[in-house]
Amino acid sequence: MSERPRLAVIGAGPAGLVAALAAAARGVSVTLVDAAPEAGGQFYRQPAAGLGARRPSALHHQWRTWERLRDGLAAHVRAGRITHLTEHHVWCVEREAASFAVHALLGPEQEESVAVRADAVLLATGGYEKVLPFPGWTLPGVVTAGGAQAMLKSGLVLPGRTAVVAGTGPLLMPVAVGLAAAGAKVAALVESADPRAFARHARVLAAHPDKLAEGARYAAELARYGVRVHVRHTVVAAHGSDRLEAVTVAALDTDGRVREGSEWRVPCDSLAVGHGMLPHTDLAETLGCRLDGVNVAVDDEQRTDVPGVWAAGEATGIGGAALSLAEGRIAGLSIAARLDSRVPERSSYAVAAKARGGLREFFAVVDKVCTPPDRWVERVGDDTLVCRCEEVPAAAIREAVDELGAGDVRTVKLLTRAGMGWCQGRMCAPAVAGLAGCPPTASRRPFARPVPLGVLAREPDGPASRPDLL
Amino acid sequence: MSNSLTCDVVVVGAGMVGAATALYAARAGLSAVLVDRGPVAGGTTGSGEGNLLVSDKEPGPELELALLSGRLWADLAAEPGVGGSVEYEAKGGLVVASTPEGLAALEGLAAAQRSAGVRAASVGPDQLHDLEPYLAHGLAGGVLYPQDAQVMPTLAAARLVRLARTAGASLHTGRTVTDVLRTASGAVRGVRTPHGDIHAPAVVNAAGTWGGELAALAGVSLPVLPRRGFVLVTEPLPRRVRHKVYAADYVADVASDSAALQTSPVVEGTAAGPVLIGASRERVGFDRSFSLPVTRELAAGATRLFPFLAEVRAMRAYLGFRPYMPDHLPAVGPDARVPGLFHACGHEGAGIGLATGTGHVIAQVLAGKTPDLDLAPFRPDRFPRADAGADPDSAPAPVEGP
Repeated sequence: MSERPRLAVIGAGPAGLVAALAAAARGVSVTLVDAAPEAGGQFYRQPAAGLGARRPSALHHQWRTWERLRDGLAAHVRAGRITHLTEHHVWCVEREAASFAVHALLGPEQEESVAVRADAVLLATGGYEKVLPFPGWTLPGVVTAGGAQAMLKSGLVLPGRTAVVAGTGPLLMPVAVGLAAAGAKVAALVESADPRAFARHARVLAAHPDKLAEGARYAAELARYGVRVHVRHTVVAAHGSDRLEAVTVAALDTDGRVREGSEWRVPCDSLAVGHGMLPHTDLAETLGCRLDGVNVAVDDEQRTDVPGVWAAGEATGIGGAALSLAEGRIAGLSIAARLDSRVPERSSYAVAAKARGGLREFFAVVDKVCTPPDRWVERVGDDTLVCRCEEVPAAAIREAVDELGAGDVRTVKLLTRAGMGWCQGRMCAPAVAGLAGCPPTASRRPFARPVPLGVLAREPDGPASRPDLL
Repeated sequence: MSNSLTCDVVVVGAGMVGAATALYAARAGLSAVLVDRGPVAGGTTGSGEGNLLVSDKEPGPELELALLSGRLWADLAAEPGVGGSVEYEAKGGLVVASTPEGLAALEGLAAAQRSAGVRAASVGPDQLHDLEPYLAHGLAGGVLYPQDAQVMPTLAAARLVRLARTAGASLHTGRTVTDVLRTASGAVRGVRTPHGDIHAPAVVNAAGTWGGELAALAGVSLPVLPRRGFVLVTEPLPRRVRHKVYAADYVADVASDSAALQTSPVVEGTAAGPVLIGASRERVGFDRSFSLPVTRELAAGATRLFPFLAEVRAMRAYLGFRPYMPDHLPAVGPDARVPGLFHACGHEGAGIGLATGTGHVIAQVLAGKTPDLDLAPFRPDRFPRADAGADPDSAPAPVEGP
């Protein structure tokens, strides 16, 4: 076997890819473990080869960055410096005496598991979409904004012919443009945030002319496709008997209340809705990494507080692909140095660190401006489903808090089963927290995905030495 | 809101035992205030399986408390709307032995339990599959305990608190007891919280794993230690595991004093569909870190008992801390060292099952009646303490909570 130090990178999105390349270029033996059939993550999601997409680049910006990463990965794989394990679904990372075991289920069936052993682990697990409930949100035809984008990028199919894009956050504009460019009629883009709120952060914005230009470009494209943009508005309900037929849009006042009489109906057969993103932190939490709010806490070198574990990208705080690239690069350089018992020279990552600082500042502003107004809770009817897996309505959550003495998300979950189903609360946890009136906390999920008991029961392959039982 | 409350009894801890105590106290006509630093069922109650068992108890005071509790649980479950809302299931327990030696030991225990009033039916190896069609083959036999039952513990605690409130009790969550107030002569006169004092001539310590800390606030020692356990939860399934099924060595593990890890498979279906898999025991303080090796052993044990589980997915795992006492008996009843102080804690892994009996006898003593059970074996001051004199600062249990 190789004498080189071994790094396992979990996630082949922007952060994981760039970290793998940086570490491999400096002599680290890298195993890149990813659930998708191809590298790229959510951001550089690839159309399936069989679809014969002629111009996938039309759906992506920063296509040249992607090409560089893709070609770099191919070169390192050819040279044997990176092993790229596709369709490996990591369910747990285990800390052993002097190394780590990354346990991953294989292929679409996920019935067999392998263990990848490594001296260091980079968690580049990305993020997932946050969606808050409203009456009618479970109707067929209502999809997440990211889901609509994923359909476009990977399957090149349109979720519907007349679409409304709604919610809040920087994802909505590219989704609306993508849908329109693919031939859908986008009847409205409904954003609850007030863009004037950005004006209060002029200094931060001025430092990011590229971001402003990006926004202006999307706005121009939306205008070109004739998409009406309604800011300080929200979708208060989705309507339809078997599937989505229309949504009701309403204006919000400065307190986030619906302006009386402002409602109107927009016929549509698809609604792409999103309220921002949340980081995937299950693996980090099971390893015992400290969290900062809902994000994995990292130091200047992207190290977590667990020795040998780094984190980069959305897992450490939502901030998009450019921030993920900066963090991934810093992590890769730090890992290569630390595995060689060296301290990385700060000058080696000064450029990336500067970009990281600026982008974190920018996304802190985005986060502040694009927080859904708390009053969404008042618009959730008692019969609106909150947890779709377990079919728990808002009334049950309210009863748990008002009548049964629950004061936190965990107790609400135990009393109502909200969050106990297949998705383990990934979808409903923010909604449950909002309805219960308590702060969202990261819920502990020791298994990042469901694992067959027969797999769990088997000793992992690899060294015969059994990890010490505590 | 007023800064000071006055009532007949303050129950500290809104877990299962505190809920039952508040309920029976309120029904005995006492004004009861239930107070907890967290939510209802935020401690051990919310981390357990909800076992109401007689099968795992040797003849003696704990079994007597279990039999009394089982009757009270059945009474509660028969009240309108209660049984369903707490997912009460009188499904029975099936203890299986894999070897003839193990079966002989199990039969010996069952014979002794029968003479103490437990119903226990021997099950031959060829009859096991009539009771549990998916059980592994090649087992030596088992014993069926029809009195074993189950509730969903968080729902049970919350619903009993709700019933207690209907009977006049009040609930204060998110309120930490920072001191036990005492008169000049040393008797209890209430508790202090950051939101104000609650005055009462009686305080019940139902703080579970943190019972030692509360006792220390009242100036007495109570050796409650945490004993960690993991539970695995599967995806929801149609009912394939009908009883609570466990291997005979579970009883030995429950009774063990070892601090080292022990696991013995305990498998049961639930009303909601998922199968729950326990049980591990280890004394590691309040260490909340996840242990893959422990869950691996649980999965191995469960799939040995029920081979079909190998294909079933574990959705999650959780851990909790059983309030463990050195002699495996809870502390139940008045504390002779401090007038007005009562203890109702230290039930280890049996607190859900023993909660009703515990709350019932505490309420009887509070109301000046003779309790249905001799409380002498549960005396809170039965443990010799290393250091003489009551030092309120010497908490016997590790102090770091979750």
